[in-house]
Amino acid sequence: MPDSSRQRLRTLVQEIAGKPAPENDEESLFESGLLDSFALPDLVSAIEKEFAIKVPDSDLNPRKFDSVARMEAYLADHM
Amino acid sequence: MTAYLHAFGAHLPERIVTNAELAGRVGKTAEWIESVSGIQERRWAEPQATIATMGVAAAEKCLKIAGVPTSKIGMLIAASGSGARGFPGPAAAIADRLCLLSVPAIDLPIASAGSLFGLGLAMRLAETYGDILVVASEKMSAVVETEPLDPNSTILFGDGAGAALVSARPGKWRMLDAVLHTDGQYREDLAFDGSGTLRMNGLTVILQAARKIPSSIEEVLARQGLSAQQVTAFLLHQANLNLLTRVAKALDVGVEKIFANVQRYGNTSSASMLIAAAEWAETNPGRGPIVFSAFGAGFHWGALVADSTD
Repeated sequence: MPDSSRQRLRTLVQEIAGKPAPENDEESLFESGLLDSFALPDLVSAIEKEFAIKVPDSDLNPRKFDSVARMEAYLADHM
Repeated sequence: MTAYLHAFGAHLPERIVTNAELAGRVGKTAEWIESVSGIQERRWAEPQATIATMGVAAAEKCLKIAGVPTSKIGMLIAASGSGARGFPGPAAAIADRLCLLSVPAIDLPIASAGSLFGLGLAMRLAETYGDILVVASEKMSAVVETEPLDPNSTILFGDGAGAALVSARPGKWRMLDAVLHTDGQYREDLAFDGSGTLRMNGLTVILQAARKIPSSIEEVLARQGLSAQQVTAFLLHQANLNLLTRVAKALDVGVEKIFANVQRYGNTSSASMLIAAAEWAETNPGRGPIVFSAFGAGFHWGALVADSTD
């Protein structure tokens, strides 16, 4: 059974942060200090590659990628 | 439209401010400052130095290298985002100090992308106005050295000035094309009101810059039928070494093609791209296409491509 979007997102976060994603998927990845501002463009690029989508410039809002839950919601709206 | 870049010039204040000097004042370590920015030291001007005096110093070096007297200048474009006055901006003071008493002198108070926009406009105007001097000068220490110090901005910025001479007369690099963009919905994400503290939404700035710098470079290169791999050197706004590295990765070019001196001078806002160009031209003026690009407050961004003529 393929991994869920949420699990794939958690894996991406772990690869970029070098640490496990927070257990609470609602927790901010940036306010918690897990990721810094330079990790954000890396994260968006990784999402585009993993899910074969193009995030348009108009969607480059940090709030959309602030937590695993928000990223999952974004993907649900754009896939 | 035919325009050429003839020469660049730069001026850096003598005073070196190291990470070790700043670390205690901002409550961080020198190692942390370098890890988040790539910056090891920056120059901060003495109190008596102004945007105009630094800009004139860079302009005079540029004109000396070009072998062009000030009497030949037909227009001055002065970029600065750290000017203390509402009006007139520093263009008038720079023009006065260069004895340019009747040519148009225009301010571009748009900070980081100011020198790029200056080059882009000069490219289009050179056939009408003749030799155009583009000057970018910033005294960012006056902006960020405001108590209580904000660690995130104080560590980044430095002072300095750069200049370029653009002319319709044949010169070292023919200016091929430029793309300039503005998206004002982000105008509050990076702003300075003339007093108080500089405001910067780092997440938004980095996310947009990491995408828009490479996309504008690819846009202008595609219009000229060029690829990033064909470019000899990328002379970019020196915002942060981590950002420059990401631009190289996005363009799929070696990081050695991205000229970087942000380690020594910090982010000198609009001046940084021309300071980088001046150092590159002095030390490593390879043949082939060169690309300028900048992104900053506004947001304003874009790219310009030129090609060597020899």
